[in-house]
Amino acid sequence: MNLLLVTLFLPLIGFFIILLLPRNSKAPFTAALLITLATFLASLGLIGPVVRNGSQVSSAVDWLWISSPSMQIHFHAGIDGINLWLVLLTTLLLPVAVWMTNSVIAEDRRKPFFALLLLFEFGIVGVFSVLDLFAFYVFWEVALVPMYLLVGSFGGPQRVAAAMKFFVYTMTGSVLMLTCILYLHHLAGTFDYLEIYSRLASGQAVLGPEQQLLLFLGFFAAFAVKVPIVPFHTWLPATYTEAPAPATFLLAAVMSKMGTYGLLRYAVALFPAGAHHYARGIATLAIIGIVYGALLALIQPNIKRLIAYSSVSHLGFIVLGLFTFTQQGTDGAVYQMVAHGLSTGALFLLAGYLEQRRGSMEITDFGGIASSAPGLATAFLITLLASIGLPTLCNFIGEFLVLQGAALTKFSWAVWAAIGVILSAAYMLWMYQRTFLGKPNARNASFPDLRGADWISILPLIALMVWLGCYTQSFLPPISAATSRILEQNRQNEEYRVQLPTQVTELRHER
Amino acid sequence: MNDSLVVPLAVEYLRLLPEIILSVFGAAIMMLEAALSPKSNKTGLGILALVGIALAFLGNNIAYSQPGPAFHNMMTVDAYAAFFRGLVLVVGFLCILASFHYLQREGVQRGEYYALILFSIVGQCVMATAADLIMVFIGLEISSIATYILAGFVRDDRRSNESALKYFLLGSFATAFLLYGIAWIYGISGSTNLKYIHTYLTDQTQIPSILAGLAAALIFVGLAFKVSVAPFQIWAPDVYQGAAAPVSAFMSAGPKAAAFAVFFRIFMTSFAPLNQRWIPVVWGCALLTMIIGNFAALVQTNVKRLLGYSSIAHAGYVLVALTSYSQVGVAAAMFYLFSYALMNIGAFAVVGYVASRHEQFVRIDDLAGLGRREPVIAGLLAIFVFSLIGVPLTGGFFAKFYVFQAALDSHLVWLTVIGLINSAIAAYYYLKIIVAIYFKEPSENIARLEPPSVGTRVAVWASALGTLFLGIFPSALLSFASVSAATFR
Repeated sequence: MNLLLVTLFLPLIGFFIILLLPRNSKAPFTAALLITLATFLASLGLIGPVVRNGSQVSSAVDWLWISSPSMQIHFHAGIDGINLWLVLLTTLLLPVAVWMTNSVIAEDRRKPFFALLLLFEFGIVGVFSVLDLFAFYVFWEVALVPMYLLVGSFGGPQRVAAAMKFFVYTMTGSVLMLTCILYLHHLAGTFDYLEIYSRLASGQAVLGPEQQLLLFLGFFAAFAVKVPIVPFHTWLPATYTEAPAPATFLLAAVMSKMGTYGLLRYAVALFPAGAHHYARGIATLAIIGIVYGALLALIQPNIKRLIAYSSVSHLGFIVLGLFTFTQQGTDGAVYQMVAHGLSTGALFLLAGYLEQRRGSMEITDFGGIASSAPGLATAFLITLLASIGLPTLCNFIGEFLVLQGAALTKFSWAVWAAIGVILSAAYMLWMYQRTFLGKPNARNASFPDLRGADWISILPLIALMVWLGCYTQSFLPPISAATSRILEQNRQNEEYRVQLPTQVTELRHER
Repeated sequence: MNDSLVVPLAVEYLRLLPEIILSVFGAAIMMLEAALSPKSNKTGLGILALVGIALAFLGNNIAYSQPGPAFHNMMTVDAYAAFFRGLVLVVGFLCILASFHYLQREGVQRGEYYALILFSIVGQCVMATAADLIMVFIGLEISSIATYILAGFVRDDRRSNESALKYFLLGSFATAFLLYGIAWIYGISGSTNLKYIHTYLTDQTQIPSILAGLAAALIFVGLAFKVSVAPFQIWAPDVYQGAAAPVSAFMSAGPKAAAFAVFFRIFMTSFAPLNQRWIPVVWGCALLTMIIGNFAALVQTNVKRLLGYSSIAHAGYVLVALTSYSQVGVAAAMFYLFSYALMNIGAFAVVGYVASRHEQFVRIDDLAGLGRREPVIAGLLAIFVFSLIGVPLTGGFFAKFYVFQAALDSHLVWLTVIGLINSAIAAYYYLKIIVAIYFKEPSENIARLEPPSVGTRVAVWASALGTLFLGIFPSALLSFASVSAATFR
């Protein structure tokens, strides 16, 4: 039995099971937890073949899905070095989100929450694992709907406006991508990613420079909104702040990776000429994002908003790494996707516990709670140090590789990006100082510490942060294997084909 | 064609089977209505109408097993005709199911209602099979006259009367255009047969091109009215808002699909030689229709009116398929009309149910908290709304996808880009419905909803499952649509 199929469709089955369960009972929680854990266990089985050879697609599924005289659409999915860790990150974080939901959402509203979480998992795992552009778009939107409903039904006071902004923004980017998917199908004659890729590699299909620019921009629009890259980030603070804690956790940890993953897998890999043409501009935007996000984080009075802006800043590193087109930069970007998912996810998780205890996220409402809640303070400190990029913790590896890649490409990029690292230490530690240290006022004198149940959700994340920070060798080789193939292919495509516009021929799709 | 032969063959009657069955059932319902006492329950007549439609559906299959022309080439049964006959029959079936409870609640349950729906479907079936402009006209009139009465069926309701009157006046006006165009083309070519007109116009030396173009323009105007294409769309929101919800569902799905069937048949066969002239016009109209429909819908607060404007926008998407002028485009339009019919009937059925007596609750705000009050119905409405937006795994998405693929294959890049951006704008107003049903608390002054009747339940569930099925497994319908589209060119 193909484990990828289990990983993909178990959450969907779970979604229907939960819909059928009674509303006011423990059953939805138990079912959601068991299903997400089973999904996680199934996904562990995906590691083996990829570690042996990360550049090859393994656990592949290829079905004929829709067939009509004018097109053949396959359901094609598989795992390689690029998406392996992202799929695992998703399947790992979902049980955590379920666990967290159980303690922060009122009991009579948990059932729909769990159902939507599972539908979301289905969408996200689909986005990361499919290798067909049509299916990719389908899952891309399928992941959007449950998140929209989560933010809109369970969020804070401004939730309706935030959810609306989130949906319409993302949808606008997505339809531009859809246009480009259709156009690419028109040019290459298929929706299948690997097929397009091999047709481009063999010269059977050639995309001229101008076509590449257009296609790249269309895909970039969708991904830039989703990441988000400055200046397409304006939906983010509102959505992150208003969303219920488990949804913010997933938005930051998993959903932002949809954009960065898409950039690497589709925008950079398929349209190298377009990517190279806009690389300078995008890298500049990424650096602006790093510095601007950090500066905004510095002045935020609200913990959730602060982490949201710090997330924008850290995501800038990933984008920067991708557009250095170096082995180090690209590896660092993929590594950072996982590391950022863990560290920012854990920060939002802990922020969720803070919010649950105090009923507020304003920094001024806290202060000196370390003395009464030492466990919470310690967990927060470790996570925060990971986020800053302290060596031996996860973000350090990713950001270091990105900076190295940036320095190889253009030294000034590395300098500017490094400023972001310094700033991140400043705003994070300052926030920590104001929240946890100092003399507690009367309200904070007896702040409840993390309970045993809360530790269950945070400990695995901390353990992984350390693992990713110390034992790079467990994770990096399959990533490098896959990215080096893309980079090599890009180089060839650029040198031999793309610069010869006179030889541009279109492979017409026979009607 | 043998001119001396007057008596039609048996097989020709077979090809007319659905229309015959529907007419017989319609007439029978009228008779029974007169025989029954005025106070008695009329649900039986509705069930009779359902049986009639089911039999007609069977008749459609039988007719399709013997494809070919009939009655001196006045009509033709091909896959295309069978597709649209099937479509309007499904529409009629679902609308009658959704009507039972509604009519009872409004106290207007009379047998004529069911008979009128059957007669309207007869007209639409005739339109689907018409191979001659005269048949087009006759079918259109049969369908329209029945629909005019349906629009005003709730007699003591002011808006229903307004709706019927507007629909009737503007509809007749449009028919006049159509008829004038038919007369003109007859004057030029000496025939009203669609194929013959095609041959005549193809013959380059004979084209009095300005005249032919004008004739095409007149026919275009007449049909554009019927399918509510800008700039001839003004009647649509008022009519859909005023008519009873199940009737609005019917009007926005059945007559529209039939009119589009005729639209495509005439322009893809008779006026195919003039395509260089009409494609730019249709291009502009498609653009205008999408933009007007979507932008006007943005500010609506009444759900029925919102769905009225949205139906204009959707007509624009179908026109994009016509603009692509290809077999893929025709197949895409057919698929679009089918999935649009399902999701729109479902949405209107839910709205009609939630509206309560005398349709007092039809503002978007009145849907507030529906997710708490009626979780199942709310969930199904959400499926329809997401399908109308075009979210994947629903029929609405695949329909749009297919239409724009056809458009891109015909190099209509700008129309595709603007059309897709339009669908992102449309998300905004459709989401207002989702916001109301899930994100808002139920307001206090809303009457308690009685649980939905069996008929409503079946209609809504069937539409929802159909919508999802078309989104996940579109191949079957798509293949049939593609086969049907092969009739052209």
